[in-house]
Amino acid sequence: MFPPLPNPSTTDTAPRLSEKDLIRRSASTVPAPKQRLTEVAKLIDVSKCIGCKACQTACIEWNDTHPPVGVFDGAFENPPDLTPDMFTLMRYSEWDNPETNELEWLIRKDGCMHCADPGCLKACPAPGAIVQYSNGIVDFVHENCIGCGYCIKGCPFNIPRISKVDHTAYKCTLCSDRVAVGQGPACAKACPTQAIVFGTKDEMKGWAAKRVEDLKSRGFANAGLYDPPGVGGTHVMYVLHHADQPELYSGLPKEPRISPLVEAWKGVTKYAGLTVLGVAAGVGLLHHLIMGPNRVSEADEEHAEELTEGDSHGRR
Amino acid sequence: MTNSWTDIRNTDLVVIMGGNAAEAHPCGFKWVTEAKANRGAKLIVIDPRFTRSASVSDLYAPIRQGTDIAFLLGLINYCIQHDKVQWDYVKAFTNATYVVKEGFTYQDGLFSGYNEAKRDYDKSSWDYDIGPDGFAVVDETLQNPRCVWNLLKNHVSVYAPEMVERICGTPTDKFLKVAAMVAETSSPTKAMTSMYALGWTQHSKGSQNIRAMAMLQLVLGNIGIRGGGMNALRGHSNIQGLTDLGLMSNLLPGYLTLPTQKEPDLAAYMSTRGFKPLRPNQMSYWQNYRKFFVSFQKSMWGDAATPENDFAYDYLPKLDLPGYDLLRAFELMHQGKMNGYFCQGFNPLQAAPNKKKVTESLSKLKFLVIMDPLDTETGRFWENHGPYNDVDPSQIQTEVYQLPSTCFAEDDGSLVNSGRWLQWHWAGGTPPGEAKRDTWIMAQLHLRLKELYTKEGGAFPDPIVKLNWPYADPGDPKAEELAQEINGRALARVTDTTDPTKVLAEAGKLLPAFAALRDDGSTACGCWIYSGCFNENGNNMARRDTSDPDDAGFYSKWAFSWPANRRILYNRASADLTGKPWDPSRKVIAWDGQKWSGYDVPDIAPTAKPDQVGPFIMNPEGVSRLFTRGMMRDGPFPAHYEPFESPIVNPVAPKVRGNPAARVFEGDMAQFAEAASKEFPYAATSYRLTEHFHFWTKHVIVNAVMQPEFFVEISEQLAAEKGITKGGWVRVWSKRGSVVAKAMVTKRIKPLTCDGKIVHIVGIPLHWGFTGAAKKGFGPNMLTPFVGDANIETPEYKAFLVNIEPAPGPVA
Repeated sequence: MFPPLPNPSTTDTAPRLSEKDLIRRSASTVPAPKQRLTEVAKLIDVSKCIGCKACQTACIEWNDTHPPVGVFDGAFENPPDLTPDMFTLMRYSEWDNPETNELEWLIRKDGCMHCADPGCLKACPAPGAIVQYSNGIVDFVHENCIGCGYCIKGCPFNIPRISKVDHTAYKCTLCSDRVAVGQGPACAKACPTQAIVFGTKDEMKGWAAKRVEDLKSRGFANAGLYDPPGVGGTHVMYVLHHADQPELYSGLPKEPRISPLVEAWKGVTKYAGLTVLGVAAGVGLLHHLIMGPNRVSEADEEHAEELTEGDSHGRR
Repeated sequence: MTNSWTDIRNTDLVVIMGGNAAEAHPCGFKWVTEAKANRGAKLIVIDPRFTRSASVSDLYAPIRQGTDIAFLLGLINYCIQHDKVQWDYVKAFTNATYVVKEGFTYQDGLFSGYNEAKRDYDKSSWDYDIGPDGFAVVDETLQNPRCVWNLLKNHVSVYAPEMVERICGTPTDKFLKVAAMVAETSSPTKAMTSMYALGWTQHSKGSQNIRAMAMLQLVLGNIGIRGGGMNALRGHSNIQGLTDLGLMSNLLPGYLTLPTQKEPDLAAYMSTRGFKPLRPNQMSYWQNYRKFFVSFQKSMWGDAATPENDFAYDYLPKLDLPGYDLLRAFELMHQGKMNGYFCQGFNPLQAAPNKKKVTESLSKLKFLVIMDPLDTETGRFWENHGPYNDVDPSQIQTEVYQLPSTCFAEDDGSLVNSGRWLQWHWAGGTPPGEAKRDTWIMAQLHLRLKELYTKEGGAFPDPIVKLNWPYADPGDPKAEELAQEINGRALARVTDTTDPTKVLAEAGKLLPAFAALRDDGSTACGCWIYSGCFNENGNNMARRDTSDPDDAGFYSKWAFSWPANRRILYNRASADLTGKPWDPSRKVIAWDGQKWSGYDVPDIAPTAKPDQVGPFIMNPEGVSRLFTRGMMRDGPFPAHYEPFESPIVNPVAPKVRGNPAARVFEGDMAQFAEAASKEFPYAATSYRLTEHFHFWTKHVIVNAVMQPEFFVEISEQLAAEKGITKGGWVRVWSKRGSVVAKAMVTKRIKPLTCDGKIVHIVGIPLHWGFTGAAKKGFGPNMLTPFVGDANIETPEYKAFLVNIEPAPGPVA
């Protein structure tokens, strides 16, 4: 058994996640955090998952969303897709394995992967609508969201959904509010078989290695960890029996990348930006020295974002 | 369960058959994933459908519903043929060596003594040869052709792999793979656990399904050991408690039995409950029956139960029939002989078979009282809900009272889990509206009835007027008070029977355990098997100590496990005839030359010598039974019988229809489709889904979102044959009713070939109705047959015949 997190203390403690822990902020800059948090990850072991949807119900209850009672449309997925009220979804695929001639029922919990290189954040034009904490959590800040839907275009996993009620984008927060007080995500807490576990990313990789070993001993030669490098790795990872064919699991992308549209847009901007890079850098530095790291004027915003990109890449 | 949930992590092989643990018991299933992840245990799933359990299994084998006995006897046959038998265990701890009377036979699907008119057996030939010493005759050499082992070997020989395939539709290669893995656990150092549930019980031969697996486990030496056992996964959180407390029409608490009309006094009652040992030195623990019974009577009627009045024996009802089970109750209503019905925490309109008959029955009642936290369909059986409940309220005169009660999270008390753990729980919220605890409602009813009987008298008011009612607030007994009453109290000083200077309990004190019970009226105890749950040490059910020495999986200081806080039943069988564990890494208890001790409370007298006293202390033999004598109505061995509605004729007994000893009411037989019916060609089964709990959680919006609407599951092949599309509407009908549902077309159900014929399976989940938050829908019980298991009358919900066609949606 993976050691569960202890119950939270009943005395008030300062939240462990705040503005000072941001490493990225959409369409704006953040200062480098003084101290980086340990990277966390949620590991979803599909080989232990029984598709019970406890994670979905826990997600609804913790986040207090109100998905409507739908209809049966011929499949086990309920609701049929992710919605602004359903941040995670069990997806089921029935696959006849041609090598063994056996049926396999591959069940995968879908939801935000919390990419290290988040396409949603990169694509987002609204300052501060999407943020990334140094522990790896990518979170949406609804009061800053303009509902443009660029995050959906930017996401290689097709996760965010725009609410028709408040016209802002919703997705899994990795329970940033729970993690902020030392708890794991609600879905992991509810999972009866520990198919979902939560810890530091290193711990999760170690735990996954043991699970992969067990699966290999059961004849799944291609068992492995899904932590795709195309998005810089993710903070939600899967143990798959068929890691060589992730698309079997209801279309989990084999080599997810940020959409070329988003990248191209960034490429052109970058090219143009290069011409003023020196100036921008100088202004930025001066600005930083005099004014501190906040409040970039509208006109300089794009340049400033480029600068931040350059900075954060440089720090890696 | 013989073992506990936590012990499943100690197994090497999990066999899920007759159940779907991942789906129906997701929380308990964690112990299977633990065994797999930490011990490299394997999981086999045998089911008509590729279930959620199958999705995480190492091996899945399909089987036609209602043919489990053929499969299991096929496994026993395989083990015998391949010498995969734990011989030392079988010879010492089972009745393999016992010699059966001349006259016992099995032929053409029937055992000796069958009476076709009565659908019953004269069981006198189903017994051992009793020697001149009064003990059963045994043949240690197993040479006697009439010894149990040779009879068994002969009985199972028909179930060769080819016959298993012919009956069950399980391809021979799959069956042989299962058999090879199962047979490996005949090693004394390997364990297999059987996890089963309603997939075995809900058949007209449900009890024998379970017996067949129990026999296999005995042949493999897997009973009494860590990681082994027969593990019944109970449904309701307290259904184990319900059976323990005797909420069956023929039981008293602690598996004592209600007297029958043939037993006019206590002496007559006790004359058939002597449990004289059938072999020398055996404990035959039921010899203490009178202590348990008298203590129960003292608990019920206190000072009014005296030695002079047979401890108020006359106050107990006497059965005129074997029992008033669910099916009989509705049959009696249907005949107009039962006029009032108290329905507490039960929703028979949805849960009982043949809904049409249930509706007709409820409509004939004078009054119906519903005690339930939810607005059940049964409480509204008289209300028209279009096609979902098509009744005419003006034609129904039944007076219905709905008494809202609390749910488990709104009161204190204990729940008994599948592993026999009595776990105390505390109220987590206050009851809404006018909801009251069931105990409050019952107390108020009792006090009012008592007042009426006191004032007005009656034919026999004593059982009610003199009922012991010792609660601080008579109108509202507290959970702790009831728990103490169940545990039992000394009414006079109780001393050790061998050492009168040793006081076990002073008068008025709570009893330490059932060993202190007496049959002279000096002790009172509501349910002997629970004694020890709330004694002078406090409320042991509320213990929450997670310590587990050597990670053995017992958690002996967590809650209280009946009996006597024992976690593995028959644990004496985990050690050999010298008292050494068969497998040192699986020690439960061991003999040190003087006494038994170990991780668990020994299931044997602490000083009982290992080579003399058998481990199955409840049996007069001291050993377990591969041959059950006359204890079951339908045979001392299981035999394959088809369901009452079957897609093929029974290949091993073509003349026998259904279980020949199952009770069928007049009129119901005519409502069964014939075997291999052309009108109803498809084999249907009903089941539960993980998203819902029975008919409760459709009242919860979140659960309703997870699985909103009634559907049926069919194979791609049947869908293609019938022109049924994924998510399209279908009509499914049986000889008793018709439903409209949406279709799930899936690879997880595949047609089987049985007796040369393609058998299509139609799966019908049961969670919907016409009250609650989910979409209105039908349930399978519009379709199911009104017949039950021959022994305990659990209805045959799991195997019946239907037809199916594409249809327009329902007209609401």
